[in-house]
Amino acid sequence: MKPKLSKAKPDLFLLRLYVAGQTPKSMTAFANLKNICEEHLAGRYTIEVVDLLINPTLARGDQILAVPTLVRKLPEPVRKIIGDLSNTERVLIGLDLLPRK
Amino acid sequence: MPKARRQLPKAPTGIQGLDEITGGGLPKGRPTLVCGSAGCGKTLLSMEFLVHGATQFNEPGVFMAFEETVQDLTQNVASLGFDVNDLIASKKMVLDFVYIERSEIEETGEYDLEGLFIRLGYAIDSIGAKRVVLDTIESLFAGLPNPLILRAELRRLFRWLKAKGVTAIITGERGDDKLTRQGLEEYVSDCVILLDHRANEQVSSRRLRVVKYRGSTHGTNEYPFLIDENGISVLPVTSLGLQQVASTGRISTGIPRLDAMLGGAGYYRNSSVLISGTAGTGKSSLAAHFAQAACLRGERTIYFAFEESPSQIMRNMRSIGIDLQPFVKKGLLQFQANRPTFAGLEMHLTMMHKAINAFKPQVVIVDPLNSFIIGGNEIDVKAMLMRLVDFLKMHQITGLFTNLTSGGSALEQTDIAISSLIDTWLLLRSIEIGGERNRGLYILKSRGMAHSNQIREFLLTDHGLELRDVYIGPSGVLTGSARLAQEAQEQAAQTLHDQEVEHRKMNLERQRRVIEAQIAAMRAEFAAQEAETLKIIEQEQAREVHQAQERMEMALSRKADVKPNQKRKKSNEAKTVQSKT
Repeated sequence: MKPKLSKAKPDLFLLRLYVAGQTPKSMTAFANLKNICEEHLAGRYTIEVVDLLINPTLARGDQILAVPTLVRKLPEPVRKIIGDLSNTERVLIGLDLLPRK
Repeated sequence: MPKARRQLPKAPTGIQGLDEITGGGLPKGRPTLVCGSAGCGKTLLSMEFLVHGATQFNEPGVFMAFEETVQDLTQNVASLGFDVNDLIASKKMVLDFVYIERSEIEETGEYDLEGLFIRLGYAIDSIGAKRVVLDTIESLFAGLPNPLILRAELRRLFRWLKAKGVTAIITGERGDDKLTRQGLEEYVSDCVILLDHRANEQVSSRRLRVVKYRGSTHGTNEYPFLIDENGISVLPVTSLGLQQVASTGRISTGIPRLDAMLGGAGYYRNSSVLISGTAGTGKSSLAAHFAQAACLRGERTIYFAFEESPSQIMRNMRSIGIDLQPFVKKGLLQFQANRPTFAGLEMHLTMMHKAINAFKPQVVIVDPLNSFIIGGNEIDVKAMLMRLVDFLKMHQITGLFTNLTSGGSALEQTDIAISSLIDTWLLLRSIEIGGERNRGLYILKSRGMAHSNQIREFLLTDHGLELRDVYIGPSGVLTGSARLAQEAQEQAAQTLHDQEVEHRKMNLERQRRVIEAQIAAMRAEFAAQEAETLKIIEQEQAREVHQAQERMEMALSRKADVKPNQKRKKSNEAKTVQSKT
């Protein structure tokens, strides 16, 4: 069953994926994110990958504990999605692309 | 080869008392779990650990707060005199607030806490931190899904902290049947400190217990602690041994005749003195005498009053001629008055400790002890007193305690059964004889001195407490009017006796004079007789001489040849011859 997208369609999704090094988990997360965005947000998204090993100070700014964490910077409000994004339905809920149950 | 015993390296907390209990502090380079229910002081203890580390031991620290924002935390501890902002500015401390809001987080698969590690690692490295506090890491369980991952990650976190070589405090909420809700004690096993905050009979008390300390000895008891304007202070350890040096010096009780009863010199210095008695027997007056005597010697005295205000005590004592006001003004005497219900026992004891440490007195008076007993806390009170007595002895302070004995109970029984802690025990009692009530005093015990065994009546006069002489009547010690009557009777008997003696003396004198007169008369008579006799003898001799002369002359006239020395004999012979012829 293909998930039904919510009606409101914001112009731009600014997504930031926090990872810690090129671990298998972060690779998986990035691949999953890419797929989901291509499928649901084609042309309306920007993905920024932050490697905390390189920029450790950024962890504090966005209150990152778990990695990988996907932060939806735009549209407001900020949403956080943790994990390797393998559960597509939950990712879409987290991005407000699916209504919460 | 005997090897020198290596002590586990420790990181001192700088918290008064805690370092004594733990034998020097928390295990250095290892995590310590501090657990307890809400509001028991976990955060404060952790914060003090960091602040003292940064200010006293040159060990910068990272405080990672999961519950309070940096601002709240800073404000909260500022009220206790810790300037955290200053420490942050001088790079001795990092405060990091970790914000987790469950509703904002969606879990979409496997994750780990590398973000937290990186964050913490960065904070540690940025200031070269040696100490870390995670307060309260259990919030993660509320904020993040999938406890299995969390547990694994926490285990990794503690290993990582150890590898980093930082001394860490991890706080945890008290669980129902476990030390912490999430069973953190399974992961942090080097040192576990349990804080407790309980209310008994509407009086709250805080306690601390070192549940576990791997590789080190530690005090195992529950130690009361206090949070006041200077932060946490744990009560100094109950002294483990009895090693106080006993003084042989003596100090006056302030009442000369009582000193006399106590082997002539008063209490031993640094001893513990108990004055017990029923209501209104003069316990406080004795205490005031002692305070006055101490102050007159120039010794500093603290008077802990739990029933009367300082001004009331001073007014009352002025009525028996003891003016304590000048000593207070001079700074020799300090009153510390509190209602016993004002705080828990531990709080009281800690306040006493603090006051004593600050004032450094030679004499401490507690009046009265048993006001601490509220409900059934005798055991606690006894434990507290034992600590107080030990503390005083350790600091070479003479302690005087009063104890109110309730009317019905045995006089020699203190409510708190502390007699074994006491060196000198004075018992005051009211003696009811002859329709009146009088005050009596005796020494129940006084270790190490020959003391009086008398029951002495005493009076509270306008110039102080006065011991009276002992009168034993048919029904025991005579007191009050009976004593006065006895005194009068004895006075009368004495007078009578004195008069009798005087009378006999006079009689004797008169007799002597009569006899002397007789002797004089007889002497005179004798002298007269003697003179007469002598006169006769003299006349006789004169006559004899005369006769001899006559004979001589006669012989001469007869031309008799007589040797001068045989003159007499010859003359006699001559006479004989003459008479024969």
